[in-house]
Amino acid sequence: MTPGAAVLPCAGDPAGALLVLAIVLPTAGFLLALSVGGGRAERVALLFLAGGFAVAIAIVAAIWRSGHALSYALGGWTPPLGIALRADGLSAVMAMTTALVVGAVALFGRQNFAAPAPGVEARVPLSFWTLLLAVTTALNLIWFAGDLFSLYVALELLTFTAVPLVCLDGRADTLEAALRYMLFALMGSVLYLLGTALLYSAYGTLDIALLSERVRPEPAVWTAAALMTAGLVAKTALFPLHLWLPPAHAGAPPAASALLSALVVKGSFFLLVRLWFDVLPGLPSRAPAELLAALGAAAVLMGSVLALRQARLKLLIAYSTVAQIGYLFLMFPLASGPAGGPVAAGALTGGMLQAVSHATAKAAMFMAAGVMAGALGHDRIAGLAGTARALPMSMFAFGLGGAALIGLPPSGGFLAKWLLLTASVQSGQWWWAAVMLTGGLFTCGYVFMVVGRAMGEKDASEPRIIAAPITGQAVALALAVISMLLGLAALAPLDLVLVGRPTLAVVACR
Amino acid sequence: MTFALAFDCGLAVLILAMAIWTIAARTTFPAVVGFVAYGLLLTLVWMRLAAPDVALTEAAIGGGLTGVLLLGATSRLRATEPPAVSERPSVPFRLAVAGLCTLLSAAIAAVVLLLPDPAPTLAPEAAAKLSLTGVGNAVTAVLLAYRALDTLLESAVLLLALVGVWSLAPDRFWGGAPRSLALRHRDGSLSLLGQVLPPIGIVLGVYIVWVGADAPGGKFQGATIIGAMWVLTMMAGLQTPPEISQAWVRVILVAGAAFFLAVGIAGFWLAGAFLAYPTGFAKSLIVAIEVALTLSVAATLGLLVAGPPARPVRT
Repeated sequence: MTPGAAVLPCAGDPAGALLVLAIVLPTAGFLLALSVGGGRAERVALLFLAGGFAVAIAIVAAIWRSGHALSYALGGWTPPLGIALRADGLSAVMAMTTALVVGAVALFGRQNFAAPAPGVEARVPLSFWTLLLAVTTALNLIWFAGDLFSLYVALELLTFTAVPLVCLDGRADTLEAALRYMLFALMGSVLYLLGTALLYSAYGTLDIALLSERVRPEPAVWTAAALMTAGLVAKTALFPLHLWLPPAHAGAPPAASALLSALVVKGSFFLLVRLWFDVLPGLPSRAPAELLAALGAAAVLMGSVLALRQARLKLLIAYSTVAQIGYLFLMFPLASGPAGGPVAAGALTGGMLQAVSHATAKAAMFMAAGVMAGALGHDRIAGLAGTARALPMSMFAFGLGGAALIGLPPSGGFLAKWLLLTASVQSGQWWWAAVMLTGGLFTCGYVFMVVGRAMGEKDASEPRIIAAPITGQAVALALAVISMLLGLAALAPLDLVLVGRPTLAVVACR
Repeated sequence: MTFALAFDCGLAVLILAMAIWTIAARTTFPAVVGFVAYGLLLTLVWMRLAAPDVALTEAAIGGGLTGVLLLGATSRLRATEPPAVSERPSVPFRLAVAGLCTLLSAAIAAVVLLLPDPAPTLAPEAAAKLSLTGVGNAVTAVLLAYRALDTLLESAVLLLALVGVWSLAPDRFWGGAPRSLALRHRDGSLSLLGQVLPPIGIVLGVYIVWVGADAPGGKFQGATIIGAMWVLTMMAGLQTPPEISQAWVRVILVAGAAFFLAVGIAGFWLAGAFLAYPTGFAKSLIVAIEVALTLSVAATLGLLVAGPPARPVRT
């Protein structure tokens, strides 16, 4: 969509080895945790995730300092024969978000997924800790892979980690939700793979940078683009393929819900961004971008209305995810504007910021809801009265997360929506702005519905609220505060998101 | 009409018939049988297209392993079969699905006919660099050298599938053994097969792995045969599935991927890049990785067939 993007400015940077580490560390952790098993999986996971966190910081720092993308040719084989890992600004931002949210989920999960006794292995802890490491591998591969088939492998990894996470507690209804999710996800994988095969047969390479130079608007490319987009849309749960998401995300244990809503759906969304902006920049993409944004607008409205009608807190948050995913797709027609000028740059930054802001805010909200449900013994919204008094920290985290979703300053949601609104007004597409404002209003509605109930006085007939452990609440609050402060990114001297996109970066380096 | 053309046409008609049979079958068992036959016919197609590596994989995975897994699922689903049959989706829904599938197939067929001829391919480049890897089979070079990361992570996908299956176990059985695969009405012939076939199958599997470096074959195909032999002995009641919490089970499962990863990391220092092989040692390392992966993949496939733990841990 933006001509001139995704050119490889530097090959074989020594810092490129960091990208390998970001994938190798969680994979090694997964293998080690599975083999030592027992009660030691948790310690292995925490150790390797801490290492991964340091690597993510190093990657962001390297890109920030140099101002250009990192790359690494695996095995010394250069594309098209070999596979290259690449990290541009988009990858760096998502990798940092992943490290942050996965780290928070790990700390939050410690209270729920500890081994039953030292050295004793149980089903749920072993599954959770090994899957947490594997999901990190899958996501980092999605952010860094420069090759369409490696990205397919990443999607497979992601599916096979996300599905068991949904039915971790083994109840029949969560098994059903997991099965439905798996059918959608596998269908999406097959469509993606079909498109990849078509692109290879047409151009003889799977490398994203090489493809972007060779792709021309012709039937094979349009078919491939349609197949891959349909598949990824199903995995991202964009309306009308969202039906699998609410039961799956609401039925999972809180730590898993946070992971699924915050990061897993962003994986396939990120691939859509890669596909349209980096693989197919040569395609006249006005119509498909408008279609994606129209579906996004429908998702914002439908998801918000359905969220307002939920009786259970976790389902409300899950439907809110459906709506917030819709916002992400509004960036497509805005960021594909003419000649990739400042409007497009703003929209791209806004869209990615929305992804990061939603990731942190939604993870915080699912964790807070999990704490509340644990303390109340249920998650009926009608029975939330008194929660604010009994669990102020969790309620505050939920409220802050909600405020970030609404887009109150100085949250990341505020800056994201500001950038997207500006882009839509500047490019004369005011109708997307109308959708964003209406959606914001609905978001206010469902957040205040929960907060208002929780502020109420507790009915004496309701059972007593049990105290909740402090660690989980503190983690949720920390994430919510981060998402509330993300808007301060506007003060940064360099727009990290745009690193590695030459035509955009010129206007974006402030 | 030449014999070859007639054969191809007959094959295409048979495959279509098997596909329709699989979809139209009312109950699971005949559908699975149709699917396995479909996989075996596809094997012939790959042979006709001169792609023996793909044919071997299709036979082992598409026809064999998937068939066994699906038959296992069929036996578990037997109790729920009648309600599932009565809950068939409505006619308009099925027509809509059929319409979409037809549209999709037509679009792909049209596009494939429009593709450039000869198709752009990396095959010459893959063959040209073959000497650097020391192996003689370009497919093996792609899987273990040029695109080694994909293969490494695919072996992790397989382990994840097993973790996913295990995670469906009831909590009280965690760490125990999967249910016995031994058939209830087994007679002497199965027991005899269970004793006679494995030595032959294991030799065949090892041969396919070994020859894979220079000719069609490879770890996945060989591992599937070895895994199948293990399943056969379990079905004959000669062996029982192991308890999943035992250390040796876990070590065998992760050994292949772990060794592959270790060689890859060593490449940083010894060959200048992750997943690069030091000059002169490429072929021996590739064969070593294939052997380690064979063991792990065979064990994983056998345990996937055996299913989640279903018996308490013996103390």
